[in-house]
Amino acid sequence: MNIHEYQAKSLLAKFGVAVPRGGVAYTPEEAENAARELGGPIWVVKSQIHAGGRGAGRFKDDPDGSGGVRVCKSLDEVKENARKMLGHVLVTKQTGAAGKEVKRLYIEDGCDIARELYLGMLIDRATSRITIMASTEGGMEIEEVAAATPEKILKLAIDPTEGFMPYHGRKIAFGLGLEGKQVGAAVKFISAMYKAFLALDASIVEINPLVVTGGGEVIALDAKMNFDDNALFRHKDVADMRDEDEEDAMELEAARHELNYIKLDGQVGCMVNGAGLAMATMDINKLYGSEPANFLDVGGGATKERVTAAFKIILSDKNVEGILVNIFGGIMRCDVIAEGVVAAAREVELHVPLVVRLEGTNVELGKKILAESGLPIVSADNLADAAEKVVKAVKEAA
Amino acid sequence: MAVLIDANTKVICQGFTGAQGTFHSEQAIAYGTQMVGGVTPGKGGSTHLDLPVFDTVAEAVEKTGANASVIYVPPPFAGDAILEAIDAEVELIVCITEGIPVLDMVRVKRVLAGSKSRLIGPNCPGIITPEACKIGIMPGHIHAAGKIGVVSRSGTLTYEAVAQTTAADLGQTTCIGIGGDPVNGTNFIDCLELFLADPETEGIIMIGEIGGSAEEDAADFYKASRNKKPICGFIAGVTAPPGRRMGHAGAIIAGGKGGADDKIEALKSAGFLVADSPASLGSTMLQAMAG
Repeated sequence: MNIHEYQAKSLLAKFGVAVPRGGVAYTPEEAENAARELGGPIWVVKSQIHAGGRGAGRFKDDPDGSGGVRVCKSLDEVKENARKMLGHVLVTKQTGAAGKEVKRLYIEDGCDIARELYLGMLIDRATSRITIMASTEGGMEIEEVAAATPEKILKLAIDPTEGFMPYHGRKIAFGLGLEGKQVGAAVKFISAMYKAFLALDASIVEINPLVVTGGGEVIALDAKMNFDDNALFRHKDVADMRDEDEEDAMELEAARHELNYIKLDGQVGCMVNGAGLAMATMDINKLYGSEPANFLDVGGGATKERVTAAFKIILSDKNVEGILVNIFGGIMRCDVIAEGVVAAAREVELHVPLVVRLEGTNVELGKKILAESGLPIVSADNLADAAEKVVKAVKEAA
Repeated sequence: MAVLIDANTKVICQGFTGAQGTFHSEQAIAYGTQMVGGVTPGKGGSTHLDLPVFDTVAEAVEKTGANASVIYVPPPFAGDAILEAIDAEVELIVCITEGIPVLDMVRVKRVLAGSKSRLIGPNCPGIITPEACKIGIMPGHIHAAGKIGVVSRSGTLTYEAVAQTTAADLGQTTCIGIGGDPVNGTNFIDCLELFLADPETEGIIMIGEIGGSAEEDAADFYKASRNKKPICGFIAGVTAPPGRRMGHAGAIIAGGKGGADDKIEALKSAGFLVADSPASLGSTMLQAMAG
């Protein structure tokens, strides 16, 4: 799960990570009030969307104007810029061409920047440990730094039984060329960030840029946090920060039915049990000459109701010209799937070709339910047969 | 022979009296697996499915002589259940549970290093040696004893490989689902080592997916291995977009890494015959065996 910058900063601050003061605003008036409370003389007005590249991004209705992060020198300027940003669509290199509407702003104290650095933490799969990454190339995407100048990235994996120790912090601080009181400030910063990572079950924390001020402070100018969805059950405060405006409506609806759905751009809607088979089913569509419209895993214990919901979600995608249901029943019984498919197809007045491939537990019963439904369902004998049939049906219907 | 488990493997179940533990233990018993008992804290001393229930794993191992444990404990408690099994020195721990917090697995992985246990999973279908021992949630009837070793990150995609090798009269020695989580126990390389060393295994199918670099690592391992066998591979997720988690916690292309094309290339250059379709796993294996 993702959260906004201002939320990440408030969480990190609770653990002792140094962040600038700021306030969130949903209207230009709130922006002005937040700025007045901070006192100035310089403010930064920052668009809050779940995508990076905001500063370099441009608003859709003002492509030659300023970006999604603006420095202001008066209260009027704050209010005026807030008006130009709120309710407008910001396009950055991470949002795609459609962009994202800015609904919240974060008004922050301006700060005196001496150096911009990069600091990140994530769970490294190769070592199975929390790994700290740091670089002197603040403001740049770490992937770009890794590709162009990998020697500029410091990496440190933390043994979970040892935990984060001050020497880890000093290794990073000296490695970044910090000196004097900056070193102690950086060690305190990284230690607090590690505590937050562990305590909140984060999956990524990224501070980019990490700023060294003219006065030698070490402070988070930007902050990004992602969380492990599997651990949200023990962090209700974090789960409550979810901003559903930032998520796809159909994917949210799917999540409510415990379905795993991701919308894609193709024509063949897919309903499959198991994540690996769901991906492979998408792939085989492409192999036979069409493109998948979605990833959808109905899971191992799907009920008739869940299958019906899955069907409705697939059909609500206007690009869908055909549907492929591919079930290899292990725990999942084929007759349950068949009943769900028939019920849903009746309920939604199926208007596109439907190919169903069933295999595994109770397969004969499942096929019988489909055949006796009186619905125009094409039965397939195996995965290749199913893909061939759905691609052919879509081409014929077009 | 097979690998890791056979007809002599004695299995206990953690989370024995729950719905999942009960259903799949019944299935395992019906398949012929030597289930010898189960663990549900607080229910020690009772019986379930005509088998003894214990409060702790240590006691279950001591009283039954079990050398394997299968875990169906819900995600918030599953990490603890694995650690308890490691503490009781269970040789083989198979964790089926999906949705364990990754930081719990980071701790488990650390404790596993240097322990006497091997972990399979979590978030996996389990392991089966056909017609001898089934530990997990896979449908037993699609398997046939034979000569192919199957290892996979995906559950249902493993069933594809199994059904196709059964249909091709190849059968399987052992099938291992290593699971779809980013931090897991046994990896591809461990399984390749086992299959390469097993005289009964005449061919190997390895099924990977997007995310991480486990397939690339396995390719490097196989390339350097002196021992070779007919081997084929499949990678799911050629059409997956970057930055999106495709169901499995570990199936994500992140920061330009973990894409399917790189993995397919790595496997090919290491000498794997790579199936371009999930429907041709059996035929690709036959082709590899024909040389």
